[in-house]
This record gives sequence, structure tokens and C-alpha cells, in this order.
Amino acid sequence: MTDPSTAATGAAVTSTAGEFVTGAEHIETKAGKPRSLASDAWYDLRRRPLFIVSAALILLVLLMAAWPSLFTSVDPTYADLGRSRDAPSAEAWFGYDNQGADIFARVIYGARASIIVGVVSTILTVLIGGALGLLAGFYGGWIDGLMSRIADVFFGLPFVLGAIIILSSFRAAGSTSATEIMFLVILSISVLSWPVCMRIMRSAAITAKQQDYVKAARALGASSTRIILRHMLPNALAPVMVYATIALGAFIGIEATLSFLGIGLRAPVVSWGVMIADSRDVIRVAPHTLLFPAAFLTATVLAFVMLGDAVREALDPKMR
Amino acid sequence: MGRYVLRRLLQLVPVFIGTTFLIYWLVWSLPGDRFAGKCGERPCEPAYIAKMTEKFNLDDPLIVQYGKYMLNLLQGDFGITSKEVSVGELIANAYPNTLRLAVVALLIEAVIGLAAGILTGLRGRGFLDNLVLVSTLFLISLPVFVTGFVLQIVLGFELHWIKTTVSASPAPWGHLIAPGFVLGSLSMAYVTRLTRTSIAENKRADFVRTAVAKGLPQRRVVGVHLLRNSAIPVVTFLGTDLGALMGGAIVTEGIFDIKGIGNLVYDGILGKDGAAVTGVVTLLVIVYLISNLLVDLLYAVLDPRIRYD
Repeated sequence: MTDPSTAATGAAVTSTAGEFVTGAEHIETKAGKPRSLASDAWYDLRRRPLFIVSAALILLVLLMAAWPSLFTSVDPTYADLGRSRDAPSAEAWFGYDNQGADIFARVIYGARASIIVGVVSTILTVLIGGALGLLAGFYGGWIDGLMSRIADVFFGLPFVLGAIIILSSFRAAGSTSATEIMFLVILSISVLSWPVCMRIMRSAAITAKQQDYVKAARALGASSTRIILRHMLPNALAPVMVYATIALGAFIGIEATLSFLGIGLRAPVVSWGVMIADSRDVIRVAPHTLLFPAAFLTATVLAFVMLGDAVREALDPKMR
Repeated sequence: MGRYVLRRLLQLVPVFIGTTFLIYWLVWSLPGDRFAGKCGERPCEPAYIAKMTEKFNLDDPLIVQYGKYMLNLLQGDFGITSKEVSVGELIANAYPNTLRLAVVALLIEAVIGLAAGILTGLRGRGFLDNLVLVSTLFLISLPVFVTGFVLQIVLGFELHWIKTTVSASPAPWGHLIAPGFVLGSLSMAYVTRLTRTSIAENKRADFVRTAVAKGLPQRRVVGVHLLRNSAIPVVTFLGTDLGALMGGAIVTEGIFDIKGIGNLVYDGILGKDGAAVTGVVTLLVIVYLISNLLVDLLYAVLDPRIRYD
């Protein structure tokens, strides 16, 4: 999922969007007390080893992002050229990088930037794509047509290429403070990936709209707002949640790719992508400068992709 | 079919115009100095600014500028870089390398992906199935540049099996195997998973049961009835991927220093050369859109059940 162009198509989730939405007639009442889809899924999830492993990994990374000082007391920005590229030792578990900074400390502190970019761009993507998809699915007609065409325009931009254009033109125009670059990276990821989310939400909303409970709500005189928010949204949310989990992992990988290309985050900010980009020139003499940040990056992305797989299986009633 | 093609072409027009206009607007018309950061670390020379302003008609209203730019583009005129080299010429030199790389990547992902997918799909649950599932999951999570660097260090610097950089142009096919593997590794994982699901699904289909009941030999059931029906989603994916590979080659070409389109874009970014980046990205977007259209049409050819009228 870390190849941006594939991540953007969301190949794994788009085709099955309709399967998540079920009509009331498909829900089997078991012998015990009836459970909602969400609590049913939660019950199912707690028993999956895949879910437990990935959730534990994600919790660990989140903890690293929130309180890095729990894991290390070394300042990640303190560099001493005298110990440049020293191999891993008892002193510094992961060794020192080209500038002589402690790689272990940098990897721990780097989690924050990567996680922030991943989480914020996922939220933004889901908000834009979800809202537009819901409206397009509910109203149909020319609104749907217009929104789908606009989505097609953004979908037509391959991910890395689009991000390159956006980042390099905005960066040339404005100043280059760290927060601003982070904001630009988040913005370009969201702008390029909302069409996928919109398509998933739209197809789920169309399926939900034809269900009996929506017809019943309309017959009872519920307003459009109420139907959308109270009846369609909860029932069309599942596929988007699955997409969001997998996308979060992909976005962290994309942040690293953009930093690697030299248009994403850069030096004063510590992130995994920046560390990997820094290791580029010394990779031959000191492979450990690449190995450790890359391992953390891969493990985090893997955790989110596995979580997405587990959630998909739990939320899809047909797979049981 | 004819009407469908026509409708798809008509639908492509607004998307095409919208996407290229978006790129053009982002590069040349954002508020502020339009030549800021387009000629490397130094400011652009007045001669270059005058030349570009005249060439891209930058003093005209935006719509007119864009229209003229597209007309030039369709005639193969992509503008000039800040070092006064024709972008079209650069592209013409770089294109064969990228095309070769993409073909190698496509071949690798198709052969390995299909083989692994068919094998696991037919066998069903077991050790091999789990092994393939885990390794595809791992490949999916591995960023492309990590795969590239690891292969470069291990196979190139340590074992001396491959050339670490492919700077020759046109690149010899043999040197492109490792870069092609890196480029195709992610899609290979997808192809494997797609084939596996598709085969596992079709294995229980009625037409397969009928074929078995008729007493057809196993080879014919699998080769003709099962594979042909399972191939449709996979072929579609591979087709779309060819367009994506062209653009996705930036990272791979950067690592292995292949003188292709991606390297051109990458150098353009590093050297902050706006004209080169715009020209190449626009071209790649066009390739991407057209390959998506072709795949849609291919779909109808492959599966006679799909009728577009």
C-alpha cells in the first residue's frame, strides 16, 4: 500500500463497498441478546490474533508519538561529528547517523511527525470524501454527476506526480517553515486521495438509500438531513472505516516517499522519511542508518494494513 | 460498443482538460513571482524570463495561455528548461528507458504474481497459502525505496550480482531486471492476491462444476474454464498498472540512476526546474488517462457478458 499510485486507487476496498451495507432482513438474530453490527464486530475482533498484534503495535507507536521521553532520554537533535556513523553498541542501540546523532532517539522522536501526517491527512480525506460521497449518493442526478466529474479530475493525477506539482509550486511561492511544509504535505495527500474515499462512500450510500429503513423513515416524514445523518451515515460508514485504516498506513509511507524525494518534510523536523533520505549518501558504509528507520516505518505501515484487514473481515457480515 | 467508446471518449475530455488545467494553474499561475524557484538556487535570468513569457504567452489571460500551451503540447513542443534545452528532446531521449523498465516490471509482476496466485488459489488453505499471504502483506507495507536500497546494497555492493547503477542509455535489458523487480514488487503482491481470490471464488462456480461433471480432464477444467474467467480482473489491474508504473518509476529510477522519465522529473525537482517538471508530468498524466481508457475497452473484449450499450 505504500506505492502511492496504488494506494490512491484503494483497489482492495472499492469493489466491495456494497457488501458492507446490509438490509435489516439479512441480520440474523442469534439465541442471546441481539447485538448491533458495531458491537458484533468488536466481539469478533477481540478474538483475532491479527487484530491483537496490530493493535498492540499501533498503541506502541502512538505512545512513542505522544511521549517520546518515555523511551529515551537522549536529545535526538544533539549531534557529535566525532561519533559519526558509529555502529550499534550498548551505548547507542541503533548506532549513530552521519551527523553523529543517536539513531534510536531519532527513530523514537520521528514517530510523531509521521503519525501526525498520517492521522491528520486521513481525517481530512475522510471528511471531504465522506461528506461529498454521502451527498452525491443521496441526491443523485446532476449533483452526483458534477461531483463525480470533479473527483475524476483529481483521480486522473497519479499520486506522486500530483504531490510533486503541488508541493514544489506552493513551496516556491511561500515560505518554508517546518509547520508550513507539514501542512502542505497533509494538504496534498488529502487533495489527491479524497476521490477514492468519495467513491467508496457514494456506492455505500446508494446501497443504503435503497434499504427499507430509509423508505420507512421517509414515509414517516423525516427530513433529508435526518435521513442522511441518522439513517444513511451509520449504515454506510463501515467501508469508509476500512479504507481509512488501510489509508492511514499508506499515508505514512507516502510521507516517507515525499521526504525521500526531497519535497516533503526536511532537516530540522525529525521523521522516518527524513532519516531515510539522510541515509541515502552513506548507505554503503553505514547500512544501519537506513535499516532502523526503515524497519520502524515498515512495521507501522504493516500494523495499519493488518488492522484494516481484520476490521474488514469483522465488519463484513457475509464473511462469517 | 461503438457508442460506448464514443461516450467514454467524451467523458475523458473534461477530465483531461480539468487535470491538465489544474497542473498548468499550479505551476504557472499561483499568486506571487511565477519564476520563483524555477531556475535552481539562483534567480532566473531576464533573457530566460523573456523567452518563457513569450513562449508560454504568460502575459495573456489564463485561459488563453492554457489553450496555447495545449496546442503547442499537442504538436510535441514542451517548452525549454532553464538551461535552454528543449524539454521535448529530453523526453525523447529518456522515454525508451522508462518504457523498457515498465515492461520488465510488468513481466515480472505478471509471471510471479500469476504463478503464486494460481498455485495458492487452487491449493486452498495450507502452509503455502499462509506463506504467500504473509509475504504479500509484507511487500505491500514495504516502501518502494526501502526495497530498492536493500536490493542495491545486498545484491549490488555485497554480492556483486547486479550493477548498482544503470547509467547507460539506452539501458540494456539485463541490467533492468533488479530495478524492474523493485518497481513491480508492490503490484506483484496485488496481482497475487487478486488472482488467488478470483480463482478461489470461481472454483465453486457452477460452470466449473459442470465442466467437472462432464468428465473433462483436470487440465482442461483449470486451463480453459477456470483461468480464463479468473483472468479478467487481473488483466484489468495489469493494464491500469502500466500507466501507473510510468509515473511510479521516479523513485526506482532515482535509486538505480536510470536515465528515464522519472529521473528527468526527479532532477527537475532537485534543480527546481519548473518547465521540465510541468512538461513531463503533463505527458505522464496523458499516458495514464489513455491507458485507463484502453483498459476499460479491453474489459468488454475479455468478458462477453459485459455489454456497454
